[in-house]
Amino acid sequence: MVTNVLSYGRSGVADWVVQRFSALALAAYTVVMVVWLAVNGSDLTFAQWQGFIGQTWMRIFTLLTILALAGHAWIGLWTVATDYLKKGAVRVAFLGCVAISLFVYVVWGISILWGF
Amino acid sequence: MLVSVYRYNPETDREPYMQDVEVSLPEGKDLMVLDVLNLIKERDQSLSYRRSCREGVCGSDGVNMNGKNGLACITPVSEVATSGKLVVRPLPGLPVIRDLVVDMGVFYKQYQRIKPYLQNATPAGGRERLQSPEDRAKLDGLYECILCACCSTSCPSFWWNPEKFVGPSGLLQAYRFLADTRDEATEERLADLDDPFSVFRCRGIMNCVSVCPKGLNPTKAIGHIRDMLLSRAT
Repeated sequence: MVTNVLSYGRSGVADWVVQRFSALALAAYTVVMVVWLAVNGSDLTFAQWQGFIGQTWMRIFTLLTILALAGHAWIGLWTVATDYLKKGAVRVAFLGCVAISLFVYVVWGISILWGF
Repeated sequence: MLVSVYRYNPETDREPYMQDVEVSLPEGKDLMVLDVLNLIKERDQSLSYRRSCREGVCGSDGVNMNGKNGLACITPVSEVATSGKLVVRPLPGLPVIRDLVVDMGVFYKQYQRIKPYLQNATPAGGRERLQSPEDRAKLDGLYECILCACCSTSCPSFWWNPEKFVGPSGLLQAYRFLADTRDEATEERLADLDDPFSVFRCRGIMNCVSVCPKGLNPTKAIGHIRDMLLSRAT
């Protein structure tokens, strides 16, 4: 058993499952957005955007996708970092930047979704 | 034929270099790469490489030939030197001891780690533990591994984390004992593999399958281990 305190779930299976399910959420969100954009054309107004994103189901779906993105990105970038960044200090600094960025995305996303 | 061989003698060379040697091959015969190395060694005794059975059974002469790992003794020169030049290097990713001889320590350490032996505390019923032909058939494609390290040293995940990722060879062997109906340590074996490195560093690029001189499929075995870990966790 190889342990690492910074991995997402400390277990390979947990990380693997989270990576797959978060990918499904991201794929579903992409499909919804592409279909909506295809139906509503390219000449969109702010009111149209707000009307679409402001619906309760879309707010929940968007928040779910942002959380999925954060988990997905953390597992992926943690894996890349442990492959290629061999100096512990460099790796921790890089992962620190990733963690702060993802945290900002989540908080900022919530503020956009429920702040208007 | 022009043959380029990786040379490094830590006692005399500051750094490794490629040595070009012109070798005259007999007409009308397709030699194996090992035969070519033997021809070079006849002229220059200082060239070092491992070899033993010369028929693809012992797994000693795993080398990198024109960019692809394989056993020198069963790889025809015509198959790898398609451009007319043969390039022989040691297996990638392992420390070079001398010329084509690499230090396999970390590879064997991972093999040792998966406990490559039958674990069964129940006394055997008769003289031996019997298996049905169906159960025995589950070990086909797994037990044939000769530990030549061609697969693990062609795997980038093993290059980056050789101390943590078990590697295709070790995982093929791990599944050989997980699939064995006579083994009772399935839970302990799986518990030791359920971390983000040991199994899950496999990204399924299948270099291992592409180079295995015995035609085995470590990626498939890793998939089975992943399935077992998944059903254990859910």
